[in-house]
Amino acid sequence: MRKILLTLLFVLFGTTAYADGHCSKPSGSINILANDFPALRTFVETAKGCKGSADFKVTHSSEHNKIAVPALTANPSEFSARIAANSSIVPLMNQDLIRPMDDLVKKYGKGIQDSQLITIDGKVMAVAFMANTQHLYYREDVLKELGIPVPKTYEEVVAASEKIRASGKMQHPYAAAYKAGWNLAEEFVNMFIGHGGEFFKAGTAEPNINNAKGVATLNMLKKLASLSNPDYLTHDSEAIKVEWESGKVALMTLWASRSGTLLDDEGDAKITAATKLTGPATVGGGSIPAATLWWDGFTLAKNRSDSDAEATFIALAHAASNKKMVADAADQAVWLVEGFVPGPKSIGVIEAVKMGAKPYPMLPQMGLMHGALGSEIVEFLQGKESAEQALKDVEAAYISKAKEQGFL
Amino acid sequence: MPNKTFFWFFLPTGLAMILFIGLPIISTGIQSFYAQHDQIVKEVKKCDPFGCTVSIVVDQEATSILRDEKPLGKFNGFGTYIDRNHLAIEQISDFWKETDSFGEFINQVTNLPFYKALLFTLTYCLFVTPNVLLLGFIIALSLNAISRKIRGPLIFGTILPMIVTPLVGSLVLFWMIDAEGIIGANLQLMMEDPYLSLKSSRTLTWITIIIYGIWHHSPFAFVVFYAALQTVPQEPVEAAIIDGASRYQRIRHIVLPHIYPVVTFVALISLMDNFRVFEPIIGFSAEGSAQSLSWLIYDNLVNEEVILFGSAAATSMMTIVGIAILLAPVLIRTWKEFRTAR
Repeated sequence: MRKILLTLLFVLFGTTAYADGHCSKPSGSINILANDFPALRTFVETAKGCKGSADFKVTHSSEHNKIAVPALTANPSEFSARIAANSSIVPLMNQDLIRPMDDLVKKYGKGIQDSQLITIDGKVMAVAFMANTQHLYYREDVLKELGIPVPKTYEEVVAASEKIRASGKMQHPYAAAYKAGWNLAEEFVNMFIGHGGEFFKAGTAEPNINNAKGVATLNMLKKLASLSNPDYLTHDSEAIKVEWESGKVALMTLWASRSGTLLDDEGDAKITAATKLTGPATVGGGSIPAATLWWDGFTLAKNRSDSDAEATFIALAHAASNKKMVADAADQAVWLVEGFVPGPKSIGVIEAVKMGAKPYPMLPQMGLMHGALGSEIVEFLQGKESAEQALKDVEAAYISKAKEQGFL
Repeated sequence: MPNKTFFWFFLPTGLAMILFIGLPIISTGIQSFYAQHDQIVKEVKKCDPFGCTVSIVVDQEATSILRDEKPLGKFNGFGTYIDRNHLAIEQISDFWKETDSFGEFINQVTNLPFYKALLFTLTYCLFVTPNVLLLGFIIALSLNAISRKIRGPLIFGTILPMIVTPLVGSLVLFWMIDAEGIIGANLQLMMEDPYLSLKSSRTLTWITIIIYGIWHHSPFAFVVFYAALQTVPQEPVEAAIIDGASRYQRIRHIVLPHIYPVVTFVALISLMDNFRVFEPIIGFSAEGSAQSLSWLIYDNLVNEEVILFGSAAATSMMTIVGIAILLAPVLIRTWKEFRTAR
């Protein structure tokens, strides 16, 4: 028994000694709010390795967006840090809930690369550690058997899906997260950007989607939807992942951060072996992909004591500059941390960056547009109204909300 | 009970009600008359791992001065109530002028978010409430008539839908009616239509949610009716049997009049509950096809990255008014009966 304990202790201390990155043993209280997917769990676990004498708590939740603003508005706030992305940092900025961390970066951020810093008006507001995007996944065996080349554009995705359906192999060969609400709106955003659209008239918060590009976007979404499981309006990323693993789908647009769970040892080995990744598709003859680039990074709560912020920064910066973490978890994410060697699961994001994909628009009023899209384009997909009417509804819904929020 | 005793008896409850129900409603009401201050934005340089751009952010210094002066926001009066996402007065009058037929006008109006939600909420109330009353009553009568030996287990089985958490109940059904689920897949086989989906069609989604609502709420009506049935006096029933009254006649002329106050009570509670329909929409992920007033409030508060307090407050106030209007006939009737009884 004693031996086992000794070995255990040795292993424990051994790992702390082995972990690299800089850890200045913080004290105080650390409480982190984060989304829930494998890479973020790895990241937070790594940060925990540098908690020193601090009290370390974490909340992983896929409902993080709903908790973030109320939890950070309280003073002192519930969380000392929030792992955010391009879109979710905006409400925090709008409400002035996060603090600049230039001093902390100078003092404790040795291993953090300059490219990881998210600066707004010259102040560091977040430190990014991974990149994400939505890109194509395909079933190599199915495409080969039917002699279909790997699609590069959404027009080719449609043609390929129609061919697979005609062959009788699969009834609904395409899948994407079209769940009404945030997910569906995100697909619109991708497709609209692929068509070269701008959401707002230059320099204003006036909507600018009711035009030819908007109509083309909606028509493409509808074509893809008709090739998907008829329940597409209720399917989020998790649901289409399950569809894929049951072998009923041959082409899919999904987040890069989910590739790890698709390619793990669980599920049918044949499907896993035939699952291949490629960059995001373009659309309508455009050259930039119909996808948005995302970063995930940490922000520090404003309504929390300076000492807690410092402790939190030390722990998180330890993870955000940790070469061992990115080497060990190379297949979980596209890490922006120094020392990351991209593996086969990172193809999607790397291709997207090479093709010149645009980041998700980080504008104060974008959340309102995203919300209006999520509920107002549903009826067009159901065939209940025209594309022009749907876009008119989106703009009208957005304008009312933007007026209430003081943007117009 | 003398009025004075009643007053002291009621005081603690009354205080709690004012504190936890009255004041929040008043605060919500005040909130609904305010909108956010005009956002002062400035152009700044933003850099992220994908490059630098010139973009806009909210100017915190300028905004915080405004916020400190008037923390509630900008007074908007009934502005939020009549905007497009609520009563949409302006849009409706435009539709009235633009459209040629009444049908088209109705189509345009029910395309507005508030009216869309109101239409579903009312349809749900209209179908679920009477069916819950009817089904609950029939089950109560049937169970009351069978042997006491097996009654216990049967009662337990009947109230199961009420014991199951609404969200869990709807999720179970949700997976069963999925195109790949046991009910969904079998329906496709039976109808020989591989594209049939209970979730993508608006009508079928509404029917599913309504059936779920009846299934979930009937046990409540049943329990109350069953209890009431135990109080029906046996003498008049026996006298009716001797007089040769059929089972239907006995129920119609003796049982129903006796439990009538209970029926009113169940109808009231049921109407109020159904008007606030919410969980099944989330459980069935039916946001695309069915939206209720409660769902609109939820949407304003959590689904947007920007929280719309004014919108949510306005919809809440209108839901309260809606419930009051719905309950008015029943309440007036009860009040009249109460006065004649005295």
